Amino acid sequence: MDTQSTTRRSFYSAVIYGLGAIISAALALPAAVYLLFKPRSQKQAQWVDAADLGQLQIRKPEEVVFRRTRVDGWRVLNEKTTAWVVRMDEQHVVAYSPQCTHLGCAYHWDDRQKYFICPCHTSAFSIEGKVLAGPAPRPLDRYVTRVDSGKLLIGSQIERG
Amino acid sequence: MLRRVLDWLESRTGVETAVKHFLYEDIPASAGWHQVLGSVALFAFMTQAFTGVLLAFNYAPTPGDAYNSLRYIVTELTAGRIIRGLHHWGASLMIIVVVLHMTQVFLWGAYKKPRETTWMVGVVLLLVTLAYGLTGYLLPWDNRAYWGTVVTTQIASQAPGAGPYLLRLLGSDGGSIGVVTFARFYAAHVLLLPPLTMLLVGIHLYLIRRHGVTPTPQDEGIPKKKFYPEQVFKDTVATFVWFAVLAVMAVAVQVPLGRIADPTDISFIPRPEWYFLFLFQLLKLFEGPLEIVGSVVLPTLAILTLFLVPFLDRGQVLRVRNRTGAIALVALGVIGWSGLTARAVATTPPSTESPNAGLAEIEPWQQIPPDQLAAIGYFRKDNCGNCHILDKSGPGPDLTKTPSHRPDDWLMQHFRQPAPNAPATQLSGAELKTLAAFVTKRDDKAVEAWISAPQAGVEGAMVYEANHCGMCHQLNGVGQKVGPPLNGLADHRARDWVEGHFADPQKFTPGSTMPPYKLSSHDLDRLTSYLLEIPK
Repeated sequence: MDTQSTTRRSFYSAVIYGLGAIISAALALPAAVYLLFKPRSQKQAQWVDAADLGQLQIRKPEEVVFRRTRVDGWRVLNEKTTAWVVRMDEQHVVAYSPQCTHLGCAYHWDDRQKYFICPCHTSAFSIEGKVLAGPAPRPLDRYVTRVDSGKLLIGSQIERG
Repeated sequence: MLRRVLDWLESRTGVETAVKHFLYEDIPASAGWHQVLGSVALFAFMTQAFTGVLLAFNYAPTPGDAYNSLRYIVTELTAGRIIRGLHHWGASLMIIVVVLHMTQVFLWGAYKKPRETTWMVGVVLLLVTLAYGLTGYLLPWDNRAYWGTVVTTQIASQAPGAGPYLLRLLGSDGGSIGVVTFARFYAAHVLLLPPLTMLLVGIHLYLIRRHGVTPTPQDEGIPKKKFYPEQVFKDTVATFVWFAVLAVMAVAVQVPLGRIADPTDISFIPRPEWYFLFLFQLLKLFEGPLEIVGSVVLPTLAILTLFLVPFLDRGQVLRVRNRTGAIALVALGVIGWSGLTARAVATTPPSTESPNAGLAEIEPWQQIPPDQLAAIGYFRKDNCGNCHILDKSGPGPDLTKTPSHRPDDWLMQHFRQPAPNAPATQLSGAELKTLAAFVTKRDDKAVEAWISAPQAGVEGAMVYEANHCGMCHQLNGVGQKVGPPLNGLADHRARDWVEGHFADPQKFTPGSTMPPYKLSSHDLDRLTSYLLEIPK
């Protein structure tokens, strides 16, 4: 084979591989972005009126039921949610997410023993949300809250305990 | 190291031999740029499969959800618009390349003995490609998709004898389009057609390998050349050009998405995809009992003729430039197709709905109740923003941060006399009450509207409130339901109708209990614009 034909052959294969690589990248890149990037969320932080402060007794946890909208893909759901609300003192209120930090079971307040107890693996939490016993790896998760003219407002974010 | 891995693979699978066998195929010396189109068509199919799977990852194939999930793909997902663009424009560009491929094979007479079956499988592949276009057209489930498919099924229903059965097969018993039709079209588009395409492409390629790339009369006695690298290079360059056009279109040309399919919206003018427009126009040439000629007889004859081309032309293989008959036929086809398509484009009236109606961003001010939007207007009219600078610190508190805690009587007092030597309020008592309710109760959406609402819309809401429209009508969830709710008015009423209706309701809606409203031309304009901008 003479050199001219060899040069031409290597030019051909360089172009084949080069253009092939460009096409593959131009397809793979948007695909990766499309699958891996978070949806541009249109949901704003929203505050839901959950309870009247006056009706909460100090250091007595209450399971409060409220409705909130949640965005699930292309759906906006209006669903019932609960929170364990504790009025710590005159000014401070905490709202715990109703799921145990171990495996997500619903726990409840044991009024005699004065702690939160999870029925699944007997994790126990203090009224401040700290782990007292059991396999739970961290304190109870909390909703962000705000008090406004005597109303307890619960936000959409959850702070990890 | 790489050599050793390859050697291992070769000895266990023979993959290297297979690839070499594929690449070092003998092809005629005359092979060249005119034969790249088949490879481009195959690549087009693979691109469609790739982008189709990506779309399916975020697409819910039931009416209603289909539309919402597609809207989610193009508005919420990064690059979602590009993926849909690649799939949508890729479909059109695939049709083009498939037809060009067929035209080339036809002009060169490459369907002649022994390649008759290669041609016939190709014709079936063309029909399969068109079937993708037909079934995929319904999947966005917007008005365009819905009404376009209504026409398709109506045409199918005209098939003599088979009509009703064909309709039933399309899931459109009795001619209506519903969940069953949708399921059938979706299943055909993603479950039936792709494996069928792969099978047919496999047979097509096998037949090409069996008979070899078609030589021309000049190839006699000239040694053959190899497929790789020269022809592969040409195929790759052509594929790249095709893909570059597609990529530019996917990024630069927005794929339309109308409003969600509304079977009661009889004002929508359906039209098929551009490559079916000529058929659409053909229908108009045959009227009454002859319609079946345009809708069924001619298309069937055309497909049959195309299919049987190798048996209709059994002459010697000639050089392209000597195939005058074939060239004339192609020219005739191009002229006929272009003429019908141009006529169809020229005679179809413009759509009443903007092609991108479904993509319009709905702004906060279009979603809040009219009393809240009017309150924003009162706030602006009394220049409250001079002290209460929104979203910034100013002499007065920033009201967007937290709602006002002041009791109503304090607020009323404050509105009347905001500062020792401030000018008196220009608002009525009722307007002040609305404003007081707004500053204490506004939600996050209202705050966004407060900052960003256009003054024209705000003024429309003020006219709405001043005329107590909410006493009879509901808008954005507020108001009575004595009269019809007003959300989505623009979907079924034109501006003239709305303006005329205010002046004389009974003339437009006989029996209406709505009193006439004598609005100033400014107020009429603002109110009408406002109502037409509130979505469903």
